[in-house]
Amino acid sequence: MKPAAFKYHDPSRLSDVVDLLSTLENTRLLAGGQTLMPMMNFRYLMPDHLIDLNKVSELDFIQIEGGYMNIGAMTRQRTLEFSDEVAEHCPIMLQALHYVGHRQTRNRGTIGGSLCHFDPSAELVNMTALLDGTLQISSKNGSREVSMDEFNQGFLTTQVAEQEILSRVRLTLPHVRDGFGFVEFARRHGDFAIVACSCLMRLDALGQIESIKIAVSGLGAAPVRPSNVEKNLMGQLPSKSALIQAAHDVSQIESVSDAYVTASYRQHLARIMTYRALCQAAKSAQEKSNDR
Amino acid sequence: MNNKWVGASIKRKEDPAFLKGKVQYIDDIHMLGMLHAAFTRSPHAHAKILSIDKSKALAVPGVKAVFLYADLPDVVRHQTLPLLVPHPSIITTKLPFALVNQEACYVGEPIACVIAESRYIAEDAAQLVEIDYEVLDVANDCLDALESSDHCAHLDMTSNIAAKFQINVGDTDAAFKNAPNVISERFFQHRGGPFFMECRGAIASYDESADAYTLHVSSQGSHRIKRCMLELFDLSDDQLRVVAPDVGGGFGPKGSYYPEYANVAVAAKVLGRPIKWIEDRRENFLTTHQERDQYWDVELAVSKDAKILGLRGRLVHDNGAYVPWGIVVPWISATTVPGPYVIENFKLDVFSMYTNKIQVTSVRGAGRPQAVFAMERLMDRVAQTLGLDAGEVRRRNFIQPEQMPYNVGIIFRDGRPVTYDSGDYPACQAAALSKADYEGFKIRQEKAREAGRYLGIGMANAVEATGLGPYEGATVKISTTGKITVYTGAVPQGQSHKTTLAQVAADALNADPKDIQVITGDTALIGLGIGTFAARTAVTAGSSVHMAATDVANKLKAYGAVMLSCTIDQVDIHNGHVVLKSDPQQTKSFREIAVRSVGMPGFSMANGLVPGLETTSYFTPDRSTYSNGTHVVEVEVDIHTGGVDIVRYTVAHDCGKLINPMVVDGQIVGGIAHGIGNALLEQMVFDDQAQPVSTNFGEYLLPLSTNMPKVDMVHLETPSPLNPLGVKGAGEGGTIPAIAAIISAVENALSPFDVRISHTPISPQDIVELLGEHALGETAL
Amino acid sequence: MTDKRSIAVKVNGQTYEREVDTRMTLVDFLRHELDLTGTHVGCEHGVCGACTVLVNGESVRSCLMLAVQANEQSIQTVEGLAVNGELNILQQCFQDHHSLQCGFCTSGMLMTLTEFLRDHPNPTQQEVQEVLSGNLCRCTGYLPIMSAAMDAAQKMREAQS
Repeated sequence: MKPAAFKYHDPSRLSDVVDLLSTLENTRLLAGGQTLMPMMNFRYLMPDHLIDLNKVSELDFIQIEGGYMNIGAMTRQRTLEFSDEVAEHCPIMLQALHYVGHRQTRNRGTIGGSLCHFDPSAELVNMTALLDGTLQISSKNGSREVSMDEFNQGFLTTQVAEQEILSRVRLTLPHVRDGFGFVEFARRHGDFAIVACSCLMRLDALGQIESIKIAVSGLGAAPVRPSNVEKNLMGQLPSKSALIQAAHDVSQIESVSDAYVTASYRQHLARIMTYRALCQAAKSAQEKSNDR
Repeated sequence: MNNKWVGASIKRKEDPAFLKGKVQYIDDIHMLGMLHAAFTRSPHAHAKILSIDKSKALAVPGVKAVFLYADLPDVVRHQTLPLLVPHPSIITTKLPFALVNQEACYVGEPIACVIAESRYIAEDAAQLVEIDYEVLDVANDCLDALESSDHCAHLDMTSNIAAKFQINVGDTDAAFKNAPNVISERFFQHRGGPFFMECRGAIASYDESADAYTLHVSSQGSHRIKRCMLELFDLSDDQLRVVAPDVGGGFGPKGSYYPEYANVAVAAKVLGRPIKWIEDRRENFLTTHQERDQYWDVELAVSKDAKILGLRGRLVHDNGAYVPWGIVVPWISATTVPGPYVIENFKLDVFSMYTNKIQVTSVRGAGRPQAVFAMERLMDRVAQTLGLDAGEVRRRNFIQPEQMPYNVGIIFRDGRPVTYDSGDYPACQAAALSKADYEGFKIRQEKAREAGRYLGIGMANAVEATGLGPYEGATVKISTTGKITVYTGAVPQGQSHKTTLAQVAADALNADPKDIQVITGDTALIGLGIGTFAARTAVTAGSSVHMAATDVANKLKAYGAVMLSCTIDQVDIHNGHVVLKSDPQQTKSFREIAVRSVGMPGFSMANGLVPGLETTSYFTPDRSTYSNGTHVVEVEVDIHTGGVDIVRYTVAHDCGKLINPMVVDGQIVGGIAHGIGNALLEQMVFDDQAQPVSTNFGEYLLPLSTNMPKVDMVHLETPSPLNPLGVKGAGEGGTIPAIAAIISAVENALSPFDVRISHTPISPQDIVELLGEHALGETAL
Repeated sequence: MTDKRSIAVKVNGQTYEREVDTRMTLVDFLRHELDLTGTHVGCEHGVCGACTVLVNGESVRSCLMLAVQANEQSIQTVEGLAVNGELNILQQCFQDHHSLQCGFCTSGMLMTLTEFLRDHPNPTQQEVQEVLSGNLCRCTGYLPIMSAAMDAAQKMREAQS
């Protein structure tokens, strides 16, 4: 399984990358290689030009600014995993990262690569949805910013066009009192999840939900932020019945079957995972309330 | 002869080279001028080839040749690959050609062979061979293939039946008539592929002056590969040498003769350069043989006290597109069914079906796991129906140790009656249950249920024919340097032969295993052989090594006696020397004796000495020797996700005497991993056009480190009376009862929900669907 | 089209300068250009881990890297583990625990564990089990590899003190 021949480019600046993208045809951008290289080895993809991004160091950064975390597209999953900033400001991401592949894949894989491949249940894709991520897409003509909703265009498809490159993702940091939960169900350790669910929950002084974010992956092409469910939970106590109802409502979201998993099983798992994530988040939110 | 080494868990001699990355697998071999092969393969499961245009492929720089069927030499073109195991039950024999002639019968069947300077270039060119197909109907499922002949796997056939046969013992009609209890079940079982970590591969070279070929091939038996090639190429024995390098796993399918091996040989002669072909993982998914589907419709008749009166049914087996192994796998399945139980009336009708899928060859367990699954699930049903303990039902039906040797009444694949030679089945089950704390399980289960958790326990027994004949040989030789070498046709793919066979020789020669080198799988170094598969090497090669080494020891003593001017009973062997018992300072070293033995001026051999310190022995077992085992598995099932966790795994295993206990443990634990894969993870998915869908390791799920529980093992040892070492095979015992025991445990965990599991593998989705309203309707927890 | 680049790669402490096709994978480069055949090809799609090497001390799947990407990087392969031809502690533990049968996955296991034990000198059983989940073995059932890793961790701690 050897890749077909290509012309190799290894620019060291973003400006060179977008130049190449604007002049060459049938190009692919090589980030961590954990998804692209298998496809090229299988010859599912045969680009004429391969643009290696691994020397573009300006795309490798984690920066906290205001209530946001800006992450360069070439930031490795490993960097995020060992980052003090992530641990301190966004611990849910750290929890999610432990499910991402294996040590070897995280050593090379990048957040940009994960987002551009847009596997429906990828943990970092889920995180970006949960944290109201916006994506910066750059080209020779400059940069544009899109929301996570706009970014996804269907199964394994994003808005990033032929001559564009995802350069940065901006995530809204959790509130310091946000409790969090992340659960997923996969066949084996490190596999892509069948369904994953993440949750941020914050309680007011009366113990009622004053902020809630839920992102469910695996039902369709993109993670779902079930806004009605989130709305219904606002103001409620995170009682067992409230969380059960919320989980039930999530399971009503439409899903798709494939050769391995049925839509109804996905919906069923969505209910279980949502409930468990909500419980985790509620428990963690209560602990943070107690710390007040 | 001493007993110092056999039975000892010595560390493996071969390890340091492996650990340093200094061994030689097939792809590590470089030859001067070597070229590389890649294949253009059928993308359709069943298609006629209308035309082929290889011009674009030939035009790629670096491409040396593109072979099609028409380019093969006459002798190869006019015959198919050989039928390895003929049998009168085979109705129509379908075998492949080295390249597809007109009709491709499985996805991946090779049509063109491209030879180029590198594998990269060969793949470029293979993509450019243009082929026009007429896509044909496929036979996709073996049961459909039996029940309807609308879609035939082969154009010129009107039915898909490859073979059919019947096992018939006693009188099942009478047994079932008026039986108080009859349990009927349909079981669907799927196994998958071997998925050794090292893909297949071969390098062929041709010596024009000698008109002879050398084939290096990552296989489980060089001699068998040689025989196939001698037949296919019409060569004489001295025109072909086959060598197995270090082999990275086999599990059965590396023992077959594949079309690629013929193609590299053809190309080597035509181009006058060595040709290497290494299977990539995609090819491995498509073209390495697998085991696949079996449908079992069976009935068990039992008395009021759970004694088996009779068993009857039908087995429909997926053979795949071609039948090189005849009926070996379904035959093994059928003859394994009775297991350790007294079953005086047994009838099974077996249909082996052609489908448009890659052919079926034994994969670790070789049809036995499916038989054990059917039998053991039926035993569980008896327990459930009669309200008895699962272990008790089995106890009431065991063949007792006093009944050994026990003739089951059927004929095994070796043409010999299935006769269990030795084994204590009740003791084995008792040992396993005790080690698994079976008695304490009920309490564990209840406590867990109170906490809303579902634990289950399952067990399975298996009896396994091992040490398959007809023979395996060994040459033991002491060279003029005094070094000891063992040559054998056995080929290790992880079974530690280079240590275990050295242990056997060491005892016979009173030597140290570190001074004994074991060389395997080279047809130039030992004339006859079969190979390593079917858990046969300890029995056959082990016994041959013992016989040959013992004979060499006698030769040493004979020479030593002459050289020490005494009689043979006055000498002994110690530490590489023949020693005069009455005066141990008087010795002759192996080296001195070896030098004499090849002839020295003034040293007469006329007094009955045989030249050389070399003996070749072929142990020919009278029949198979039977290992047995009991697995007890404890699982926890998450009824909300359907996830299964194995919390405890216990094995009691009897494979007779152990040459190296550490090695045997390794085989069992490794075998269990295969069983876990087969029970819970592994499924080769095809679509309804027989197109393989799961063709990568992301979709075909192998067990990971995180899927393995700790394993508690109990060893029993009832020596085999059928070979001088008293050994039995151990390579498959970890797998054979595993699937049944795991599924039994899962079903037991779900017993509050009346769930019945009749297929394997079982996925979390399956479990949730079986739970139905209990999981789907229940509000989340 | 043949696209070539000159690269200088340090492997096990020694620098190699070669001209390579840009599409050549790192594992093929190590095995066929440098004759370091201890690293193995198992799947070429990044799942089995047989090709695991350390790049600048980090374990990677060398079937998913191009040789040109290793330019000016420092690679460690299984051939670099033995010390003066003697098995190192981890390798010796593998022999002691019968952690290899066919040996094909072994170099990948060793490299994964080399990184892991360096970064986690006192691991739990579960941590060892999880770090090995990125390396497939079809022979041993993993248990003896895990016990060798735990034993090596202890012996390495003792050697340090």
